[in-house]
This record gives sequence, C-alpha cells and structure tokens, in this order.
Amino acid sequence: MMIQSFFNRPNTRAVLTLGAAVVALATLGARQQPPQQPTPAPQQPTELSAVIKNGGGAPTRLAVPSFIALTSDAETTAIAKTIGQVLWDDLNYEREFELIPRDTYATIPAAKSFTDVPMDRWHEIGADGLIVGTVEKTGAGIKVQVRLFRIATGQSAFGQEYSGSGANPRVYAHTISDEIHKQQRNLNGVARTKLAFDSDRDGERMGGTIEQRSTKEIYIADYDGENQKRITVNKSLNITAAWSPDGRSIAYTSYRHGAPSIFISNIFAGTMEELTKTAPSTDSKTPRASDSNFLPQWSPDGTRLCFMSNRDGNPEIYVANRDGSNVRRITTHPAGDVSCTWSPSGTQIAFVSDRSGAPQLYIVGADGLGLTRLSVGESYVDRPTWSPPPYNEIAFAARTTSAGFDIKVFDFASGQVHALTFGEGTNESPAWAPNGRHLAFSSTRAGKWQIFTVGRDGKNVRQITRSGNNYQPAWSK
Amino acid sequence: MHTRLAARFALLVLLVLTFASLACSRNKPPVARPMPPPPAATSTPPVSRPPAPPEPVAEPTIVPPEPVKDDAISSASLDDLNRNSPLKPLFFDYDSAEVNAAGQAALDGNAALLKKYPTWAVTIEGHCDERGTAEYNLALGERRAVAARAYLVSVGLSADRLRTVSYGKEFPFDPGHDESAFAKNRRAHFVVTAK
Repeated sequence: MMIQSFFNRPNTRAVLTLGAAVVALATLGARQQPPQQPTPAPQQPTELSAVIKNGGGAPTRLAVPSFIALTSDAETTAIAKTIGQVLWDDLNYEREFELIPRDTYATIPAAKSFTDVPMDRWHEIGADGLIVGTVEKTGAGIKVQVRLFRIATGQSAFGQEYSGSGANPRVYAHTISDEIHKQQRNLNGVARTKLAFDSDRDGERMGGTIEQRSTKEIYIADYDGENQKRITVNKSLNITAAWSPDGRSIAYTSYRHGAPSIFISNIFAGTMEELTKTAPSTDSKTPRASDSNFLPQWSPDGTRLCFMSNRDGNPEIYVANRDGSNVRRITTHPAGDVSCTWSPSGTQIAFVSDRSGAPQLYIVGADGLGLTRLSVGESYVDRPTWSPPPYNEIAFAARTTSAGFDIKVFDFASGQVHALTFGEGTNESPAWAPNGRHLAFSSTRAGKWQIFTVGRDGKNVRQITRSGNNYQPAWSK
Repeated sequence: MHTRLAARFALLVLLVLTFASLACSRNKPPVARPMPPPPAATSTPPVSRPPAPPEPVAEPTIVPPEPVKDDAISSASLDDLNRNSPLKPLFFDYDSAEVNAAGQAALDGNAALLKKYPTWAVTIEGHCDERGTAEYNLALGERRAVAARAYLVSVGLSADRLRTVSYGKEFPFDPGHDESAFAKNRRAHFVVTAK
C-alpha cells in the first residue's frame, strides 16, 4: 500500500450546513414543486489529503460496516444502518474502489467508537481501507461523524462531521461518498445528482374527445432511483425533460395547452415559465402553422436553449435565450431536423436530420454556420447527447434490428463507435452523467419501458424505475 | 238481483271516490304550472349555422331554426362527432410523410365535408408507429400532419381552420407490434375542435 501524503488529523471538524437541506427534503410534501434544493451547502475544504491505494495495482479494497449508533433509540439505529448501506452502494457505483461484500464482515464485532476499531480483524479479510461512522441524536436532529481508516497503519485518511435533520439519512451517505471520491480520487461522484424522466405511472387519462390516451408527467429521482417525486401535474403529455446546468430547473415539452410548447419548471423556487409562449414566424412569407415546440436542451452555461419547432412550417432547430427572447433559426431544410444537443463548449450543436433519407447526425455552429454531416456508420440515428468534458463523445440511439435500437457512443478522438447495449429489449434516449462515467437511457429489456443507468464501459447496468412506463431520462449536474 | 246489487255497490264506490278526490283537491295548495317554453325563433338562424350567401334579389332566404333532421353530423356533439368521425384518417408509408393516392382520396373526402361545414375547425394529429425513436417520431408526426394540412390548403381550405399537432409514437391506435398495427398507427388523424 502506498501513501502519497498523510496528515493525521482525525479531528478535523467541518460542520456542514446540511441541516436546512435535509429539513427541506423532509418537507417535500407538495407534489408540484419541491420547495428547496436538497443538496448540501458548499462544503469547507478538508485539510486531510491522505490517499489510500493498493500498491500492487489491484483495486483498493474498502469495507463499509453499519455506522455506530451512539444513542440507542430505534430511529438512530435505523439511520446508522441506512447510512452504512447507502454509502456502500454509492462508493460501489463509481467502481473506483473494490467494495468488500458486507456479509463477509458480519462476524467482526462492531466498534463502539473510533478508538476501539479491531484493525487486525479488518486486515484479516483483506481490507485496505475501512469507513467507520457514528450517528448521534442531537436536539435538532442528528450528528454524523465519519473516518476513513488505513488498515495498515490504523490512521485516519479522511474525517468529516455533519449535522442536520435525520429525515433523509441517504443524503449523508451521498455527501460522504462524493467527498471521499473527491478527496481520494479527485473524482466528481454522482451520488448527489438526480435523474428526471417522464412517466405514465399515474394511470390518468387525457381530457378531450379521444379516449384511452394516457398522460405522462415529469418525475425526478435520486441517481439510484430512490426518492421519486412528481414535478408536473397537468394531466397531459409532459415529455423530454432536460436539467439546467445549475440543477435547479427542468425544461420539458408539455401539451398542456394542446399544442406542444416548452416549459421551464424551477423546481426549488416553485415557479414555472413558458419558453415558447409567443412564437411569431421568423419568416413572414411562410403562413404560420400552429406552433409546436419540442425537445429543449440547455447550453452548457445555461443561458440558452436549443429546441425543435415547426413555427416556420417544418421541423427545424432553433436557439432562444433562457427567457424566451432572441429566437434564432439554426437549420433550413425541407427535411425534418430534430434532437439537438450542445457541444461542451457551447459553440456547436449536433442534431438529427433525415435530409439524406434516414435520420443521421449533423453538426452545425450555434450561429447556424458550418453545417457538416457526422458519419457514424449507422442506418438510423437519433437523440445525440454530447458528453461533458473531459470526454468528447456523442452518445446516440442506433437502429440495430428491424424492431430495436441500442445505445452507442461516437468518440471524436478515435473516430470510432462502440456499443453500450447489445439487443436486450430496445434502448433509446441516452443521457450522460455529469462526470461522463455513466449514461441513463430508457429500455424495454425488463418488459415495460424503464429507466436504466450503465457505466461508460457498458457494464454495471442498473434499473432505476419500476412503476408504469418511464422514458427519456435527463441527468442533473 | 245480484247484478243490480253489484251495480248499486259500484255506483256507491264511484260516489265515495269522487267525494274523496274532491276533498283531496280542496286540501291541496295550488300548484304552479310550468311556464310554457319560449316560442322558438323562426326567422333568425342559430349562431352555429353559416351565414346565408348574399343574394342579389331582395327576397330574404329563410333558414330553418333547427338543423335539418336527417343531418346527424351537424347535430352531433363534438365528442360524438370525434368518436365516430366523418373525417377520415389518412395512412402513410413507413418513415414517410408523403400523401399517397389513398391519402389524397381520404383528404378529398375530408375537404368536401369541411367545405360543407365551413364553421368547423379541426386539428390534424400526426402519428407514427413504434419502430422509430421517440424524438425523431415527433418530427415525423409533425411532417405528416403538415403534409395533410398543406394538401387541404391546396384544394381551397383556409389554413386558419387547420391546426396541426404531432404526437410521435405516444398514442398508437392499435397497440399491437406487427405490421397491421404499425400501418394503422402511421397516420394523420382529424379531430374537430369547434363547429
């Protein structure tokens, strides 16, 4: 085992203002709009910088037993158990550490504090690192302390203290996981990110004269599928959600007025705007059709959105400022142009057009200039999604059988395409995680349409939704 | 003898019943009779009818107050109308938004009907089968609806009466997963929104 640098300061206290955020989570009773952002306030930098690695090149083996309940009531005991389990799952998700299965160490006696950890027992099962945490009931909620011990020396490599409400103990685990990944691997974990998607799980029917039309509403969930919450309640079609880069707003296509229009729900402020409220034709010679606007995607800086509109008589790509002003048409072709996505720099837009026959990928400057086709050797391509940096890749759905699609990735650096799914059901609508290490997509592999996540190597497939049909995920920053 | 007795008895019963009913009616408060319905206007057309074409001669055209009895279409509610619509859908080839010959025939019939009922406003819905992706199908459905609309405009219908909306593959008419279901789902569907 190799220690790059090590300062033994296990008592570093960085009390985070987690309290307000956790309280906010507990009060998410209103279905329409969660009242406040449930992510913790910016943390204080930790002074600890010891890095645990397995010197032989093998993955670092971590053990995460249940946290220690310092107060013996049932609630605190349950919270301590939950934090340990969720933290194990969170750390395991990024696959930076090898998480030792928890039943392996069921017989190792639980520590009562940070000072009586039986390091020799943990050494016996081959652990390189051990996470020990305590949970204590306080007047206002709970206090959680955590240490990451290096088994070889028994010294702490990471230590934090958090306090806040005990209503959602998962938030503590997510925060600890992200901070350990950052401190130990300089990795931005996704444990505190969220997914948005649309679902017909409510079984409601649209109004109007056509029967048997199911509504779809926008939902959000934690990255692991927990904590699912409904965001829209208008009993119409609400589809194609897109997170704003600051994670505080969701743009989506809604048919609530009949014709599809793009709305932005500011889910922590409880407000809503219509991006495409007034949509005058930008071409006075073309008779104005009924305006339809679909498929919003945010620019990386959050100041603009691209979308598809028929406002000039044919599906084309447009860009508007976040307040709906300054609408500019990006594409001009009698074929259909659809499914825009921004480059990481915000200077280019990739989209799909069937101008050559079948739908294919094109790239154009955000000013509408410099159109080129991006040939990826597929017969039918849709829903391109440009990766976040440091990767420069475009994920998309490609037709692989007469009845099905698979998720594939084009890498600009190599010019190569590789598949992430392999004909299990049909697979559509990929969306990158903010760290580029995972993608979410919708698939029929489990029967109905459900949301899944997969690692960028095609491994670690996880089912996120199980209720009703669920489509078109978006992943928050 | 028996018949006379029976007749007397019957008369008695009748008398008693008569008195009883008179007594009852005296005890009852007067009952307000419902107002007769207002006389139907006989010379002004209802708002839903089209204005009569201008006549050069002075003789005014008499428009009947009610829709003609045998015209079930114009008397139907919007819901009934759309449930069993006289406006026919047109169907498209796979991944195509071109109006084919059969589609033109359907649209010609719809155009004649929309000219007969000039107050109707319709929404043309564009639909797709499930074999395409959700996003691309939103554009394809849009182009199908727009193609149907463009044809109707080309045969003289006002564009203002014809809205379009694409539902992509959101609402298949046939939930099946074979070509016969797909063929039914690749369509432009007409919904009357005002009459």
